Amino acid sequence: MAILVDQNTRVLCQGMTGWAGTYHTNRMMQYGTNVVAGVTPGKGGKSHLDVPVFDTVADAMRATRANASAVFVPPARAGAAMLEAIEAGMPLVVVVTERVPELDMVRVREALVGSSTRLIGPNSQGLLAPEVCQIGVMATDRSKRGRIGVISRSASLTSEIVSQLSTEGLGQSTTVGIGADPVHGIGFVDCLKLMFADPQTEGVVLIGEIGGTEEQEAARYLKEVGLQKPVVALVVGRCAPPQRRMGHAGAFTVHADQDVEAKIAALRDAGVEIAPSAHLVGATMRDAFKRRAA
Amino acid sequence: MNLHEYQGKEIFARYGIPVPEGILAKSPEAARAAAKTLGGRVVVKAQIHAGGRGKAGGVKLVNDADAAEEAAKKMLGTWLVTKQNGPDGQPVNSVWVEKPSNIERELYVSGLVDRSKERFVFMASAAGGMDIEEVAAHTPEKIRHITINPAAGLQPYQARQLGFFMGLKKEQVDQFTKILFGLYRIVTDLDASLIEINPLIVTKEGNVFCLDAKLNFDENALFRQRAVAELRDPLQEDERERKAKEHDLNYVTLDGDIGCMVNGAGLGLATLDMIRAAGGMPANFMDIRTTAKSQDIAQGIALVLDNPKAKVLLVNVFGGGMQPCDTIVDGLGIAFRQHKRVLPVVLRITGNNEELARLRLANFKIPKTECSDMWQAVTQAVAIARGRK
Repeated sequence: MAILVDQNTRVLCQGMTGWAGTYHTNRMMQYGTNVVAGVTPGKGGKSHLDVPVFDTVADAMRATRANASAVFVPPARAGAAMLEAIEAGMPLVVVVTERVPELDMVRVREALVGSSTRLIGPNSQGLLAPEVCQIGVMATDRSKRGRIGVISRSASLTSEIVSQLSTEGLGQSTTVGIGADPVHGIGFVDCLKLMFADPQTEGVVLIGEIGGTEEQEAARYLKEVGLQKPVVALVVGRCAPPQRRMGHAGAFTVHADQDVEAKIAALRDAGVEIAPSAHLVGATMRDAFKRRAA
Repeated sequence: MNLHEYQGKEIFARYGIPVPEGILAKSPEAARAAAKTLGGRVVVKAQIHAGGRGKAGGVKLVNDADAAEEAAKKMLGTWLVTKQNGPDGQPVNSVWVEKPSNIERELYVSGLVDRSKERFVFMASAAGGMDIEEVAAHTPEKIRHITINPAAGLQPYQARQLGFFMGLKKEQVDQFTKILFGLYRIVTDLDASLIEINPLIVTKEGNVFCLDAKLNFDENALFRQRAVAELRDPLQEDERERKAKEHDLNYVTLDGDIGCMVNGAGLGLATLDMIRAAGGMPANFMDIRTTAKSQDIAQGIALVLDNPKAKVLLVNVFGGGMQPCDTIVDGLGIAFRQHKRVLPVVLRITGNNEELARLRLANFKIPKTECSDMWQAVTQAVAIARGRK
């Protein structure tokens, strides 16, 4: 089984009736995701894309038993949309929205403490369990169902690596974009825990980049519990100038401990195989499996 | 978004935070008049968006109005290069003329969101006036942090902790507490993402003052901070980077000869790394945001074509759900139609709508090499850049 989603995942979309919400909800439905409701304040009682629309998340959950939310709300109201989903007790909230103010996310993190919600994002491409469920905006045509879990801070780079894995005959159990913002929901460690516990997942690819120290936290966790499954990592941004934001809000180096070398050193020390280049991630995973079998 | 020191100090003053008295001057004559008003002996400080001004000759203590005029004359209209800005430096279009302070002690205080704690933190040190990175690296025990619970807000005991840690006396701790509360209000009212005061001083008279004011604001919150957004000084920003931003592109100027356009920041960083690994040097980082239209993308390509250092354009695209390949190819077509300069293009285009993108590409008169995988594209671009002098 995939992590975080399965055949029983019933998705509601916050901000479904907007342009982006409509477009991506439609894509998700075409992929086979069970979208059961939309939420747009003031449009309750109407229907959109043949799905009922509600005024509040709580109403939608009561009426449709939705157990996951995809948030397509613009940045000015995305923080509030997350707070609403958390208060309604939504088990899984996936936020695609980019450019959410940092302090709004600090407040959202506070609301998550003690809640029953797992938050993914913001600024995430979402989560894909091939052939089961898509909650997000990622490319899907190169993905194949299989045994590799992918955890990433970057959307298009994930598409690239999924494509490499599929070419090597390595399908994916779940790909998760943890988001490219400095303050966000679940991280590398949470996802590693879930993937180690997931019987479908036999190997994990971790895609990191400059900024923050989450890769080191992942390395510390892996040292503590041991490499229960082969883990391959790619960390990008080696030649980014220090203190510059490289596209992603969270991709900038303040201290030397946030640069690529420090992250790679920590991961390697934990036994993680480091892909020598972005175009060799699929091959590195393939070789890791071969060595295990030998 | 960065502010000038004088703008930061104006905000500080509005929030009841003590700063030395000063006047902004945009001409040497204005600097002379300002010095006169302030009593003759003043500090003349070049206003640019970078630290390290003192060592670069951008801060001068002078004894009278004549000398203030002279100092301003030397600074205004020049480009000041410091340790913190690029090789070209930044233009000095104004100077801040300030009353000098009688410094007894120099302290340090700063605040930002700590990404692993996911909360706002303030840190303080008695080692002010120094490079705080150095202090953190060699003597971390000289820095203390407090973490703010966003629901409860900053608490007086937390401010006192920092004050006593820096060895302040009781009355000074009270002054410092007032300052820290002002700073935290600036954070919550105005979405400041970084505040740094180096140095915070204790004067010989025993008062606590902010001698410097570095303020950064969260770009993502500017939609609700109109007054802050108006303080932007575009002349301090890299022109290409500023233009790119207007077109939903994230652009960072680098100093090599391979122009790049990539969709997605992660793939963009990976492309730069591969260029270096293949022995080349990127001329820029450019990430096409998912909201960019063909016209925006054309503007981005024009930035590369306008860069005289660029010898080749490398386009690496993995079309996703938001942005299909044909949008990007259309942008390429528009740019080459409108622009006089022609550069060889190496393309790697795959993903959503790639077939359609190829059909469009066939109609454009562009000197192009298509590659099916990105490493091949990178090595090709590096080879072309090497071959062209």
